[in-house]
Amino acid sequence: MLQIEGLNVYYGGIHALKDLSLEVEQGEIVSLIGANGAGKSTTLNTISGLVRAKNGKILFKGQSITSMPVHDVVKAGIVQVPEGRRVFANLTVRDNLELGAYLRRDKAAVAADMRKVFRLFPRLEERQSQLAGTLSGGEQQMLAIGRGLMAAPQLLLLDEPSMGLAPMLVREIFRIIQEINKMGATILLVEQNAHMALAIAHRAYVLETGRVVLSGPAKQVLEMDEVKKAYLGG
Amino acid sequence: MNEFLQQVINGLSLGSVYALIALGYTMVYGIVRLINFAHGDIYMIGAFIGFFTTRVLHLSFIPALILSMACASLLGVIIERLAYKPLRHAPRIAILITAIGVSFLIEYSMIWAFSPQPRAYPDLLANYQLQLAGLIITAQQLFILGIAIILMLGLHFLVQKTKSGKAMRAVSYDMDAAALMGINVNSVISFTFAIGSALAGAAGLLVGVYYNRIDPLMGIMPGLKAFVAAVLGGIGIIPGAMVGGIIMGVAESLVSGFLSSTYRDAVAFAILIIILLVKPTGLLGKRSVEKV
Repeated sequence: MLQIEGLNVYYGGIHALKDLSLEVEQGEIVSLIGANGAGKSTTLNTISGLVRAKNGKILFKGQSITSMPVHDVVKAGIVQVPEGRRVFANLTVRDNLELGAYLRRDKAAVAADMRKVFRLFPRLEERQSQLAGTLSGGEQQMLAIGRGLMAAPQLLLLDEPSMGLAPMLVREIFRIIQEINKMGATILLVEQNAHMALAIAHRAYVLETGRVVLSGPAKQVLEMDEVKKAYLGG
Repeated sequence: MNEFLQQVINGLSLGSVYALIALGYTMVYGIVRLINFAHGDIYMIGAFIGFFTTRVLHLSFIPALILSMACASLLGVIIERLAYKPLRHAPRIAILITAIGVSFLIEYSMIWAFSPQPRAYPDLLANYQLQLAGLIITAQQLFILGIAIILMLGLHFLVQKTKSGKAMRAVSYDMDAAALMGINVNSVISFTFAIGSALAGAAGLLVGVYYNRIDPLMGIMPGLKAFVAAVLGGIGIIPGAMVGGIIMGVAESLVSGFLSSTYRDAVAFAILIIILLVKPTGLLGKRSVEKV
């Protein structure tokens, strides 16, 4: 579904992604793990078009999206839930969700998706007319994911969805990610919480300073000694 | 007391014009964090379009108003596309200086094309006077206030209730996150310039009608005052621009009525200095709080 080949990204003089290649198949959950600054978010932002690659190719369903404007990438079906939630604090919860569906014209399907989001996150329904800025961190994360779902994504890019959440909430979020995947969305997940990310993924890539150093089925990656040492605390 | 109320009435219509101009400043600032110093000149162009559509084409008030707004909004969009968009990722100072350059370009092109001589505006509105408990209210004042209120209500509806308005608020809050929703950020920025400039165009025509006199440099002072009004209300905050504009107009009117009209321009800058000392975020401004 998504193929990245030989991607190089620079921030000024810093070589942030080095010849990065990866692939996501339809229906998968693929996790991208690695330390801070390994280039995980940069990868997602380059796919979304917020960051431009110096060279390399990004193909989505066989079509190049390498130099597409951000809003066209969304239109093509790739939706990112950005790191740090980035909800519109000055708008209500409902307005945030409606903005997620900004490009969609099919009102009935949007309304159905809104009900679906409220089923996944009942808290959002209770607070739909509240300003998003008044929500707790966990609720904002739910809103950010819900907002992403409102775009009816084929490929959902999740950037650190567990960041800053209490352990119970982390499990809840990961359960919901699996549910979203079962409902039909392919997922590329960036996480520092390698344990959880590997537990729910089909396949995984390990990034180190902008390079893919390991990849394979998530269960195998979970068992690799170097991964255990570096990311799983033993 | 009567004299005081009379000045307040005079100030209200002037203030509503400032408010219309201030809205453009504040909307543009809210989206791209730019003080568009050419904004006062768009207001001047609005006045000139009104002049030509009524003097040369002999249109009546409402069609002239619509044309002024349309041309001003087109000009605003063109300026943004040609002058500001290429500098979107440049240091802030570059785009600010460009705005000042654009302002001079418009002013002196107009002087070159139409001479610096003031022109007399045609009488577009009936010149009635209402007398109410010793106060004089002219039909023009009522008209200006009425049109300004209608436009502001329209703007409020647009920004709060429509999809475009929500997109605008999203872009103003977080441009990248808005783009990730599939919002075409460039279109939203153009749209913001279009709306803000249209309001300035309307203000230009209304002032032409009110003061009866326009010239190519007429945008400088009201432009600066409207900028102060926007800062006074809290730059980037739409209701703030409305409140700030009204306060500016009334303050100016009171000062010229009770002190001397020599000080009417000084009062704007006195207000600016005081607000920057006392509450730099403006009357309706809040310190932004970030949640982690």
